[in-house]
Amino acid sequence: MAGDDFRELYQDVLLDHSRERHGYALLPAPSAESHQRNRSCGDEITLRVHAREGIVDCLSWTGQGCAISQASASMLCDITGGLTPRECGLRVAAFRAMLQSRGKDGGDSDVLGDAVALSGVALYPPRINCAMLAWVALEDALNSLDASAHPPDPSTAGTTK
Amino acid sequence: MSGQPNRVTAGNRPVAATLDVDAIRRDFPALRRTVRGRPLVYLDSAATSHKPLQVLDTERRFYERHNAAVHRGAHTLAGEATEAFESARDRLAEFLGARPNEIVWTSNATAAINLLAYAFSNASSGRGGAEADRFRLRAGDEIVVTELEHHANLIPWQELAARTGATLRHIGVDDSGRPQLDQAREVISARTRIVAFAHVSNVLGEVTPVSEIVALAREVGALVVLDACQSAPHLPLDVTALDVDFAVLSGHKMLGPLGIGVLYGRAVLLDALPPFLTGGSMITSVTIERAEFLPSPARFEAGTQPVAQAVGLAAAAEYLAGLGMDRVHARDAELGKKLALGLSELPGTRVLGPAPGEPRVGLASFLVDGVHAHDVGQFLDNLGIAVRVGHHCAEPLHRRLGVAASTRASTSVYTTDAEVDALLDAVAQVRKFFRA
Repeated sequence: MAGDDFRELYQDVLLDHSRERHGYALLPAPSAESHQRNRSCGDEITLRVHAREGIVDCLSWTGQGCAISQASASMLCDITGGLTPRECGLRVAAFRAMLQSRGKDGGDSDVLGDAVALSGVALYPPRINCAMLAWVALEDALNSLDASAHPPDPSTAGTTK
Repeated sequence: MSGQPNRVTAGNRPVAATLDVDAIRRDFPALRRTVRGRPLVYLDSAATSHKPLQVLDTERRFYERHNAAVHRGAHTLAGEATEAFESARDRLAEFLGARPNEIVWTSNATAAINLLAYAFSNASSGRGGAEADRFRLRAGDEIVVTELEHHANLIPWQELAARTGATLRHIGVDDSGRPQLDQAREVISARTRIVAFAHVSNVLGEVTPVSEIVALAREVGALVVLDACQSAPHLPLDVTALDVDFAVLSGHKMLGPLGIGVLYGRAVLLDALPPFLTGGSMITSVTIERAEFLPSPARFEAGTQPVAQAVGLAAAAEYLAGLGMDRVHARDAELGKKLALGLSELPGTRVLGPAPGEPRVGLASFLVDGVHAHDVGQFLDNLGIAVRVGHHCAEPLHRRLGVAASTRASTSVYTTDAEVDALLDAVAQVRKFFRA
């Protein structure tokens, strides 16, 4: 009964992630945090980056939204542990490129992990923002992490707050 | 017409039975298309309705035969276009129970409400002389809306309040979304200058108790603005009988073209209200320093007018009137009931608004346990069924009901019982697919 594009959109692995969300529930002491909202539907996410010595340890998040946005956040958590912020940024870029490819780019599972299952979203342009929600949050959080990764000059550090 | 509203009968049969939906559908070419290999089941008429051939042909004929700017130019085509434009106004006046000079064309209902809000704003900054005094807002004045408003009947008033120093207040709704009249009695006070509310909620499908709210506004001398976007396509509408000061509606939701809406205002008010948009064709005389404005409706229709859209909307009003708004209402209420009852009987599905079986127009917003509205909508689209998902431009109402997003099915004169059944069958499968 479900059409091919539709099954391609809601693959089993997506439905699995949407039910058992990896990284769901915020952990304390984040290195950076971002809150994002999908304007068209009101879906929200708060995503935290937990990093140590320039390496992302893990992500944690909370929020509510459709199966695509929830699965997407869960899949993102699976592929970012142990990466540098720059490597995370490259994965976000690869994911975005896949979604904007109108179905031409199926994604590389070595880079995107289970998130290649979201390649079908590219054929449903109104849902691209759903899939991007957590990834935009990560990008935003990494920017603030980046800013705090360049602390003031040590000689003047004591004089700043 | 005889008998009481909504209780019209033809012989022993309810008139609803006489709305020939199969014949009506032949007038709507868009309904013949398929979506994802299936026949289109269009249940998003509250967002925009489809247009009958009578409307499409009227628009096309205007461009093919007359096409001229109105109220300017002495040539034959200009005369014909002006005649068509003003006849369209007469037609809408008749449809709404108003007089022609009380009908102002706007580009849509949002534009109509903004026109009002900015005209009040202009009055508040001193425009319009002594006769515009009744529109002047000052600090301490209050504007009242309800909690169920569409953003288009909320944000323009928020902005007007911010510009003038007035305060925006609201009448809360109960858990089923019904405006609380006891609260209205508290909120509407001697400080209230404007009361703006929806005739029918675009999320709940419930008819607002207009006469009760109008009575409260009258007691304190406040002006009443009625958002009739969701009532005009579904109910017999008589703005004079409803005794409102202003009303707005949207053409494209009532079988008319996109890009046309109506502001109704009592003539005595419109003639005293300062204009919002100024420019060509709304003046009596102009010097390099200043201008004198025409009376309504011309004073609110600056610039070249959307004539094809206006005649198209008049054709839509004609089409609805030809079906009979009492019959349209009866059929619509029947579909609304079928929708609400059918959906509420499905396991894990909850209908917002009036209890299933209670009166509503042909509209039902619902929640499916454990499945987000976007996913419900996508599932239905895959079966060729078009519905609306999200907060339907009524975020405060959704927040009040504790809901982030809902799925809305809405009907029109061309909706069949089989289409409602197709929706019910499809919604019944949603939870299984999403493993909820």
